[in-house]
Amino acid sequence: MSSLPTLEIVDLFAGYGETEILKSINISVEPAQTVAIIGPNGAGKSTVIKSVLGLLNVTSGNINLNGQDVIGIAPDEAIRQGISYVPQTHNVFPNLSVLENLEMGAWTRKTGIKERIDEMFALFPDLQLKKSKIAGSLSGGQRQMVAMAKALMVDSKIMLLDEPTAGLSPKYQSEIFQTIKKINENNIPILLVEQNAKQALEIADKGYVLVDGANKAEGTGRELLEDSNVARMFLGSKE
Amino acid sequence: MWQTFGFEFVNFYFIPGLVVGCIYALGAIGITLTFSILRFANFAHGEVMMIGAYFTWTAMTLAKNSFGLSIHPLFAAIPAIALAIGLFIFVDRYFYKPFRSAPTIRVVMASFGMMLVIRSFVQSVWGPNQLTFVPGIARPNETVKSFTNSFDIMILMPNKHFWIIAGTIMIMMALSWLLTKTKIGKGMRAVSDSPELAKVSGIDVEVIIQATWMVGGFCAVAAGVFLAMDLQMLETTMGFRMLLPMFAAAILGGIGRPFGAVIGGLVIGLAEELSVYPWFGNGPLLSPGYKTGVAFAIMIVMLVLRPSGLFKGRLF
Amino acid sequence: MDMLIGYSLYGISLLTVGGIYAILALGLNIQWGYAGLFNAGIAGFAAVGAYTFALLSTATNPYHFGGLGLPLPLAILAAMVLSGCIAFLIGLVCIRLRSDYLAIATIGIAEIIKLCLKNETDLTNGPRGINKIPRPWEHLGEERFYTSFPMSWIKDAAGWENFFGQLPNWWWQPFFCGSILLLVYTIYLLLEKAQLSPWGRMMTAIRENEGAAHAAGKHVTRRRIEAFVIGAMVMGLAGAMLSQHLKLIDPTNTFDPSKMTFLVWVMLIAGGSGNNKGAIFGAFLVWTIWSASEIFINSGLNVFGQLISDMDISLLKTRAGYLRMVVIGLLLQYILQKYPNGIIPESRPTSAGN
Repeated sequence: MSSLPTLEIVDLFAGYGETEILKSINISVEPAQTVAIIGPNGAGKSTVIKSVLGLLNVTSGNINLNGQDVIGIAPDEAIRQGISYVPQTHNVFPNLSVLENLEMGAWTRKTGIKERIDEMFALFPDLQLKKSKIAGSLSGGQRQMVAMAKALMVDSKIMLLDEPTAGLSPKYQSEIFQTIKKINENNIPILLVEQNAKQALEIADKGYVLVDGANKAEGTGRELLEDSNVARMFLGSKE
Repeated sequence: MWQTFGFEFVNFYFIPGLVVGCIYALGAIGITLTFSILRFANFAHGEVMMIGAYFTWTAMTLAKNSFGLSIHPLFAAIPAIALAIGLFIFVDRYFYKPFRSAPTIRVVMASFGMMLVIRSFVQSVWGPNQLTFVPGIARPNETVKSFTNSFDIMILMPNKHFWIIAGTIMIMMALSWLLTKTKIGKGMRAVSDSPELAKVSGIDVEVIIQATWMVGGFCAVAAGVFLAMDLQMLETTMGFRMLLPMFAAAILGGIGRPFGAVIGGLVIGLAEELSVYPWFGNGPLLSPGYKTGVAFAIMIVMLVLRPSGLFKGRLF
Repeated sequence: MDMLIGYSLYGISLLTVGGIYAILALGLNIQWGYAGLFNAGIAGFAAVGAYTFALLSTATNPYHFGGLGLPLPLAILAAMVLSGCIAFLIGLVCIRLRSDYLAIATIGIAEIIKLCLKNETDLTNGPRGINKIPRPWEHLGEERFYTSFPMSWIKDAAGWENFFGQLPNWWWQPFFCGSILLLVYTIYLLLEKAQLSPWGRMMTAIRENEGAAHAAGKHVTRRRIEAFVIGAMVMGLAGAMLSQHLKLIDPTNTFDPSKMTFLVWVMLIAGGSGNNKGAIFGAFLVWTIWSASEIFINSGLNVFGQLISDMDISLLKTRAGYLRMVVIGLLLQYILQKYPNGIIPESRPTSAGN
């Protein structure tokens, strides 16, 4: 069983309604790996994550979570199956307190909610201090922490992060990447979609480059960082 | 001072305003919850208030005719609440749910249609004419009267007003407990904050929607029965007449803010009653015929100046 | 013969009122079909039109403002303008918000209009309403009209009056009906033209993609207000025509918001919003069903009443009337769900070109 990838996407075609965005995508996340998806705007990076969650139409292909087909699954069922998903924006309930946000993340959980909350506070010590604060009043970086902790309230089999550092200051960006590393050290595989290709590839075991909804390149984080094509496209001067 | 102004002001303007405000507040809670959780303005809300009062009347009449029992309206409201919640959930299932992923305006129109269907249904079953709810003249509560009189501020408060205000406070406390202490209540606030995130957090939105109808239905029937107690009669248009002030209250308080809606309801109820107080000279400030216009005016001013309401509600 | 006349007069009045409703439906189509604006206060705009027309055209009387006796077309124009002005004010406040708010505000404005009509007794005669509203064609035989401005060329007053006196008392009905139908046709042609113009195309674009259109900025708000105002003007016109047809209007029964607003919505939705032909078709269809079902139910109840002689069928009649409303309401729900684009869906000449 251990050789089975946690998440395996094979030859995926998907999109919104009639318009197809993903044209033959292949991605696999091995147990305990951090995998980064990078690529230009509109390459369909976020669409990959959304198709795992059943948020859009899959035309053909396979998505397997621990060997189980999850195509056509309802979003709340996907969460129940142990997918921790952090959307790019609007990823906390702004008028709920930090603690209530975590409780909402545990909606599908029957037991051990208290213990899980304590685990989250251990992982995100900042949040414990702010637990009764309204999430909307926190800074962007802290909100991102709440969003990640909230998503991790399920029994995570995998974590899907959609551009977690978008719109954050460089200081917070590094903090978020450190947190992602820490989460991964708890044996939670991570699929990360990022604009900040350099830092993402630095913490990633494996990386994929998507262009126009198709695989363009893949390799270990280091390989991609050193690849001159990739460097020219994403790591050099930002457009 | 009390003799010349206070007595009249408090007893004939302020307390009635407070009572009307309580009724608006209860109705507006349901409106603001459905608006923020289901994302549409439910035009049928007033009609559920109205039909709830009719159910209550029927329960009272049945008890009287078959068992010779005179039961208190608040007691007779219990089966009415169950029926009204059932009606809400039935309407939602067959008339609103098909439009969950359609443009909002379709479900607004469906609710607009239900408004008429429910009212016409009541008119054809119970008839279009007024019905007497509780007969007789409402006398001021003697205890309150003599107690306050000993302080030289005589308050004439009929029992019905006492019930309405006390009932509203109790419902408010229960609602506050529900929304901040229970899982389903927190879920309601979460869906109201962001339905998309709620869905990808694993929250079962349909369960939340049903809970919303239950809370909304409960408050609506309470409001309807309180209104019938206050007016001592029933009318098929009473729900429609409440609709505008209730929307105004919900917008004033901020959509998605149940306690904002309560404040909004009280403000509008008081504003309506106080608008006919003779502030200058002897005549009422505003001709009583235009009392209903006050809610509309407040709503328009709010939409111009601060459409998100006093308590920063959602804006769509 | 009398019977034949009776039936044709019924048919004519069916066409007349159906035509007036068709005008209302066309007005709503500009707002809803073209621009996606939800107007829940149709009866209010029609009432403004009707009262404006009535007050400007009736003769002097002790009950309400009047005596201006304006030429009818001028009074109709005033009705349209006033209705449009009210729509403009509401539009300024609400159009940038989502349609729900507009719906609430229009329900509100209809209520306020009703309040004014009821309370401003000196101006409108309050709940008792306005009587003796002049009708086109019929008014030609009225002295104050054939002696005043556009018709003051008539010298032979006695002969003129005799001529009208000998006509059957329903002579004006076919003419009035014809005028209404002509009006419907004219509005239809104008709207079809507008839909194909750049203005119409932009309206479609706005409706299809409100989000993107909002990003385009103020221009959109202006176009939407334009659509709202034009629609309200057409409704004001319909109101004016209705007051002519009825001759007697009052604030509550004539402009019963639930009945009138609702019927117009059912008409437009049934016919297909965005589609002018559909709106007209829907108006005549629904009005015929509405009006015929009333006769049908009432005569059925009459037969029923004769069988059971000691029964008060008037009670049943009013109750049945409400039940009819329930059925119409459920019909709307059915159409909304089964034919989301109406029975005659919108044709899209614009999309072929793009």
